[in-house]
Amino acid sequence: MASEDIENKEYDALIVGSGAGGGMAAYVLATAGLKVLLLEAGRSYDPVKETPMFNLPKDAPLRGGSTPEKPFGFYDATVDGGWQVPGEPYTQGSQEKGRRFDWWRARMLGGRTNHWGRISLRMGEYDFKPYSRDGLGFDWPISYQDLAPYYDKTEMLIGVYGTNEGLENTPDSSDGVLLPPPNPRAYELLAKKACDKLGIPVIPSHLAILSERLDHENIPQKLFPDNKLAQDVTRESMKSRAACFWATPCGRGCSIKANFQSTTVLLPPALATGNLDIITDAMVREVTVDKKGKANGVVYIDKDTRQEKFASARAVVVAASAAETSRILLNSKSTLFPDGIANGSGVVGKYLMDTVGAGVGGQIPALENMPAHNEDGASAMHMYMPWWLYKEQLRGDLNFARGYHIEFGGGRSMPGAGAFGGMGDFTEGAYGKDLKKACRRYYGSFVWFDGRGEMIPNDDSYCEIDKNQVDQWGIPVLKFHWKWSDQELNQAAHMHKTFAEIIEGMGGNVTTTVQTDGAKAIINGGAIIHEVGTARMGSNPKDSVLNPYCQSWEVPNLFLTDGAPFVSNADKNPTLTIMALAWRTCDYIVEQFKKRNI
Amino acid sequence: MSKDKTNLSRRNALRLIATTAAAVPVIGCSEKAAPKVELKEDKAATKPAVKNLDAPKQTLARGTPTDPDLLNPVVPWEMQLDARELAVLAALCDVIIPADEISPSASSVGAHHYINEYVSAPYSNNKADLVTIRGGVVWLDGESRRRYQGPFVELNESQKNAICEDIKWTRNAKPEFQAGARFFAKVRVLVSTAFYTTEEGMADIGYVGNRPMASFPGAPPEVLKRLGLES
Repeated sequence: MASEDIENKEYDALIVGSGAGGGMAAYVLATAGLKVLLLEAGRSYDPVKETPMFNLPKDAPLRGGSTPEKPFGFYDATVDGGWQVPGEPYTQGSQEKGRRFDWWRARMLGGRTNHWGRISLRMGEYDFKPYSRDGLGFDWPISYQDLAPYYDKTEMLIGVYGTNEGLENTPDSSDGVLLPPPNPRAYELLAKKACDKLGIPVIPSHLAILSERLDHENIPQKLFPDNKLAQDVTRESMKSRAACFWATPCGRGCSIKANFQSTTVLLPPALATGNLDIITDAMVREVTVDKKGKANGVVYIDKDTRQEKFASARAVVVAASAAETSRILLNSKSTLFPDGIANGSGVVGKYLMDTVGAGVGGQIPALENMPAHNEDGASAMHMYMPWWLYKEQLRGDLNFARGYHIEFGGGRSMPGAGAFGGMGDFTEGAYGKDLKKACRRYYGSFVWFDGRGEMIPNDDSYCEIDKNQVDQWGIPVLKFHWKWSDQELNQAAHMHKTFAEIIEGMGGNVTTTVQTDGAKAIINGGAIIHEVGTARMGSNPKDSVLNPYCQSWEVPNLFLTDGAPFVSNADKNPTLTIMALAWRTCDYIVEQFKKRNI
Repeated sequence: MSKDKTNLSRRNALRLIATTAAAVPVIGCSEKAAPKVELKEDKAATKPAVKNLDAPKQTLARGTPTDPDLLNPVVPWEMQLDARELAVLAALCDVIIPADEISPSASSVGAHHYINEYVSAPYSNNKADLVTIRGGVVWLDGESRRRYQGPFVELNESQKNAICEDIKWTRNAKPEFQAGARFFAKVRVLVSTAFYTTEEGMADIGYVGNRPMASFPGAPPEVLKRLGLES
């Protein structure tokens, strides 16, 4: 391409961020024929070339263990990311215990999709109308039915294994959408047996991992009945993805593209349309507006030259991750928008949410001295427990209003950093041949249960611009304010009690402290990395930032497609919903272009 | 797992799967580099200053601590322990994890070198552990000379065990052995990680994964039977 062509290139849409929401926006808009420019704050990254699939822990520094620079271990696919990013600080409104929000970022192409657990749960009917159900929090302006077709499409595109169980508020997918789940492991079946007695359902997990290859002959036609370009690029992309071979950890990335990453599933077909350009190492500072109050582009810092640059387009889609998106909006001050673009309501930055997390571990004598067998599987859980006490909660039998699901792990996974580190205390000081015998005996007999629960949005959890600090790019940073309510604390205590019951039901012994005080059980805000909210959608411009299509009420060519539009944060992990919502928003954007409204 | 247990080495298996899956060239990830574009920077910034178009350039790891080369890991810090300290640790490693009929000893798979790597790392926890380990080595040798008039490495098995019996668990070690017990506990943690993350250690406990297979079998029948889970 000659340079004059580039300088004359006019973009229809400019997208900020390349993760779940930005990657999906790039895919949907580019396949629809729009000319798209995508800016990513981190470096370019290709899992096909950069994933250490079979490397052993001993091949890495510290056996691959956690360090301040790689908090999820050396081999975690996240590069230039973590709860702290050098040169990009953020501040806290309070240092009190339980008042911090730890902000995870991934500065790389594909963002957090390179790292996430691939747990893909649909929000249900109750989750979109929580206020109507119990009078707490807020209702979404859309219902489950509005999003259901996009859940189907997203699951077909990315490939999700699981089953339809017909359980309350745990939606089924349409027939033929889900891939078959892998067989359960021994400890998963043992947990199911214990949970059966406790009335807790244990069903196949839904993970964005290909248990078999996608039906590339038929799915593209179903996804895009009238769009040959979209069908062609999607078909070729699907052909390039192999099925899981049930070895190697997904968190490293996947060079055979069996698991979902924006960098292997969304961006390659979008690029193949010829309609997408990507600039990496482009840290966006603000969205700019013209005299009429429409967005006309963004100012970004080119990290290579450390200079500000400008990129323009007819529409701007921000998907930088919830808090970063609000940071960009709040930093976009102009005479028309003195409090930040699209912030006439004053709601930008408000109602920040994470997922409630708490966990308990145990040791199960029945699992000792098992014959050697392979329990790698999908490197994440094959089964999980959806929330089950809806009726009790509605009756007011529990001291918290919203549910949690249970994720669990254990078994004979590959020993890594910390392997058998607790064995000294567990055996009262064994060493020598006794220690070796103990390791053989107890290997595979430890289990861990984690709760992932709904947080109700509150006035005390929000982010704002810290007037006293900028980052190394000269951009004012965020200050976080955080507070759990009794709803979350009571829920965390309930998690601990439940997990102890399951472990005891498995004939096991709890190995960690079971807290009755929720404040001691609950994990820090931000630790679960399910940051959503801060620019919610609504039905009234006075108390929301976006209309039901994630379009700014005030700036009609500005859209958000990450977790920022979330009105509530159900216990369901948010990524699938971010992608389904982004697809729906982008269909609407294309429609607006066709109607010449943008 | 050792490569001779399977017909395909892991890497070859991976290559095979990757190539058969990608019957069509991988879109958007082609080898060709995006054309380098020279831009005129003196124009008013009304158009995007686009520099690499179509596909982002294929940069790889930058080799920084937050972006290391994951395919070719290196330990970027200098080792702190000297040969004499390592010799004492190697001997202690083998008291904690000795050779038996199933697997070799910890020092034979380099566990003491892992301890050196760990305590030499530039992070605050590791720096604190460096003090614990170095101090512990001095104490252990001193204790050996006090009891048996020789350095730890020259003691026989029962002499080494006699000292280790006194420091094997912090919770019931006598007050005068508390510091030694904390040192021993730290070494045991590090030796366990070092040993069980090697092929030899993984084989010892019966880890049989990290090998590609066409389908995941789930729990085998004999395991289900033992757990009373047969359907």
